[in-house]
Amino acid sequence: MFDGANGQASGGTRRVDGQAHGPSSRAPNGVLDLKTYSSPYKPTWCPGCGDFGILSAIKAALVELEIWPHEVLIVSGIGCGSKLPQYLYANGFMTIHGRPLAVATGAKLANPQLHVMVVNGDGDSYGIGGNHFLHTCRRNPDITHIVENNQIYALTKGQYSPTSDVGFRTTTSPEGVFEMPVNPVAVALAAGAGFVARSFAGEPKHLKQMIMAAMQHPGYALVDVLQPCVAFNKVNTYNWYAERIYDVANDDSYDPTSLRDAWERGTEWGERIPIGILYRREGVPPYENYVPALKDGPPVERDLSARLDPELLERLKRAYV
Amino acid sequence: MANGGLKDDFSLSITVGGDAGQGVESSGALFTQALARGGWHVFGVPDYRSRIRGGHNFFQIRAARRPSLSHSDPVHLLLAYTRETIDVHKPNLAQGAAIIYDDGFRVDAAALEAEGFVPIPAPLTKIAEEHGSKLMINTGAVAAACGVLGFPLEPLVRLLHDTYGHKGKKIVEGNASVARAAYAWAVERYPGRLAYRLAEPGEVGEKTQPSQPGRELMVLTGNEAFCLGAVVGGCTFVSAYPMTPATPILEWFAARERELSVVAKHAEDEIAAVCMAIGAGFVGARAMVPTSGGGFSLMAEALGMAGMCEVPVVIVNVQRGGPSTGLPTRTEQGDLLFVLHASQGEFPRIVLAPGTHEQYFEAGWRAFNLAEKYQCPVIVLSDQFLAAARKSLPLDALTLDGVSIDRGALLSATELDRLDGPYRRYAMTETGVSPRALPGHPKAVFTVTTDEHGEDGHITEEIDLRVAMMDKRMRKLEAALADMRGPDLYGPEDADVTLICWGSTVGPAREALPLLAGQGVTANVLHFTDIWPFPVHKAEMALQGVRRAIAVEQNHTAQFARLLRMMTGFQVNGSVRKYDGRPFSPQQIAARALVEVGARV
Ligand SMILES: Cc1ncc(C[n+]2csc(CCOP(=O)(O)OP(=O)(O)O)c2C)c(N)n1
Ligand code: SF4
Ligand SMILES: [Mg+2]
Repeated sequence: MFDGANGQASGGTRRVDGQAHGPSSRAPNGVLDLKTYSSPYKPTWCPGCGDFGILSAIKAALVELEIWPHEVLIVSGIGCGSKLPQYLYANGFMTIHGRPLAVATGAKLANPQLHVMVVNGDGDSYGIGGNHFLHTCRRNPDITHIVENNQIYALTKGQYSPTSDVGFRTTTSPEGVFEMPVNPVAVALAAGAGFVARSFAGEPKHLKQMIMAAMQHPGYALVDVLQPCVAFNKVNTYNWYAERIYDVANDDSYDPTSLRDAWERGTEWGERIPIGILYRREGVPPYENYVPALKDGPPVERDLSARLDPELLERLKRAYV
Repeated sequence: MANGGLKDDFSLSITVGGDAGQGVESSGALFTQALARGGWHVFGVPDYRSRIRGGHNFFQIRAARRPSLSHSDPVHLLLAYTRETIDVHKPNLAQGAAIIYDDGFRVDAAALEAEGFVPIPAPLTKIAEEHGSKLMINTGAVAAACGVLGFPLEPLVRLLHDTYGHKGKKIVEGNASVARAAYAWAVERYPGRLAYRLAEPGEVGEKTQPSQPGRELMVLTGNEAFCLGAVVGGCTFVSAYPMTPATPILEWFAARERELSVVAKHAEDEIAAVCMAIGAGFVGARAMVPTSGGGFSLMAEALGMAGMCEVPVVIVNVQRGGPSTGLPTRTEQGDLLFVLHASQGEFPRIVLAPGTHEQYFEAGWRAFNLAEKYQCPVIVLSDQFLAAARKSLPLDALTLDGVSIDRGALLSATELDRLDGPYRRYAMTETGVSPRALPGHPKAVFTVTTDEHGEDGHITEEIDLRVAMMDKRMRKLEAALADMRGPDLYGPEDADVTLICWGSTVGPAREALPLLAGQGVTANVLHFTDIWPFPVHKAEMALQGVRRAIAVEQNHTAQFARLLRMMTGFQVNGSVRKYDGRPFSPQQIAARALVEVGARV
């Protein structure tokens, strides 16, 4: 289709062919396997928490895509799930509640060579960070966004979240929620996201595939992950999800490049919950490709001493004479 | 002397007034630039309302033989684009002031004359229609004013060519013809018989001050001077959400994004803007966020993130009248104590409050150096007055002298290659500054978090580590103190009265000194630009000789005087405060300082 003002994918370092490449000149020797990503710190999550599966799937996806820890930056917010960058060996930035997409966007624009991933909870992403979610979808920077959607505010010990279903009782909804839940898939589609997938923390293989596909997609890619919180969400349990999910990939008639199909399935929630790649737009380059300042390479690699060239200042001053 | 008998301290004030949408500010800017091209030092202050159409706007210009530090009252020539303008500005006009207006307005000229003014009804609409188009009426008005003042036409015509050149020959020629006709009309009707002129009576305009090659003046706003400073300071990333009066900074970089290779991102809100800059700063860009008080309020939590994670970022708060939406297009210094304390907890931050165009330029590059040297947020606190004032400066007023790009303890790729052992982002050091790696190097893979953390960046709640980390971060403030400048003293060292000010009030305060001297009060000005960490020792030294201190501030509660007392125990004897959204004029400061010191006027 078209590839942006900057010509080729200079901003995007990820290729659609799955060949990941970062600052490879500095690639370390040795083998890249799951151990490469292991951190000395053990997760503080509750035993059985869905976040364990998400952590494993992210590591597996990175290894399979041959991305080294120094080539990736995982940005998170605040919440149980947002602690994830602490539990693997990779660059990480655990920011403030609701803001990781904005921090990640800045990092990506300043250094498009990094594989930038955002991992945060449903409250972080769709509640307090809702504005950033909306605008990142339509902006389309090359960021992979993995949401640990447990339909609850877990770290604060069990209040309802934007994705909690109607009737769900929590400490802040003692008579049951009576707000309509956010459907992240529908919102992302409406906001113009180019890649929208859903997966389940209890399906590690599927989850890994979704993360890989999202990372290979040039541009913003959402993977909303159904994540059981065994401590505070006694309704949306492993079984609850397992009984409902079905993979759209098993349906030959489903066309993930069709917005119409995506909308139909994406709005489905309740008795049956579709998982898989629900929408994938092809041929649209990421936001970075249009950013004029990135035509000269990553801003972090600029030779700043060029700014001390007297001719530059003279030229700028002359405009005011 | 080039300009006949005009004295060195000669200064003349002009006001262009009209409705929003009539091009008052662009006329003012045109006039200001033309005067500077004619060799006059200028200081232009826009005064406009927060609306696109309707409502009174004006632009006040001061033309002087020597560089001006502020505008000056009263006004000697009023260019009225509406009838209402005359009524609004009459109280601020000097006796004998000229009032130029379209002869189609229903104005009682005889009454104006009786009040001691010189009404000049000019056929501006007619001239514009005859020689160009009705849209060029402002050009004619400015040209007529030049004629009345005895100022040559040539700089204006040249400027019209430069300004409208890109719009095509017809527009340029039209404007030039309108200017010539209006000028001729004025020169013919008012041949040097006015009291206030930019030339001695009898002198022909052309004989006044030609602009000498090599002595040209540039005319730029404070924000523009700051942008130039940020460019030479290596800024590579700007993110912002539009908010008056900071918007021109983002627009300036957006217009030059391709030319300068600086990312200029219009974000979805101020929280996103500052978070983007923090993300960019974390990976190694020199990132800044221009905003005003409302936007800064939204950034408070992220400011703490930059402090906690030790990410360099520059935030520019161009203050406007508060509280809340307040006076959106007007000036104030109401955010001082807020920016010093914004965000929960304690962390190092650096606050600079430039007072002049030159200092605002300097803050542009200093802020980035300080942010990287101390790995913390740096706040540049300016205001609408400084940001929007158009001032003439010789080209050598903004230079690379002293400019450096100091990236502090930033580890190069080669240094990281040699690293043995794991990289610790928050390694304990004596100064509190830890060697900083940027993500992307295989030997320095690290995480950071806004939670309290250990040297490797991992979350901790361990008591000793927490205390050690707090101490480490706060030690950076002590180190940064070495880079903080003490106050500047202007005027006689030995004075009865010291005007204590910070930020942009320095201009009118300095201009008030000769006025006070004229009233028999010897006064000087003590001006602070480096606010935090507060240069306690340097301040104490400077305060030693002070006999009577008057704080001069554009806020209600004399915030700086309170800070000064908190940090040094020094108490001012009085204060001159202003919070009507309009900048101080030297005359206002002098008059109110006299009242404060109880002097007989
Ligand atoms: C500005 C702000 N408000 C509130 C909080 C408290 N808080 C921490 S985590 C959280 C909700 C987390 O929910 P979610 O994002 O779904 O993550 P989870 O814990 O469920 O994984 C809240 C409200 C905070 N840290 N910052
Ligand atoms: S509270 Fe819930 S989300 Fe948090 S760790 Fe425990 S199970 Fe996981
Ligand atoms: Mg949650």
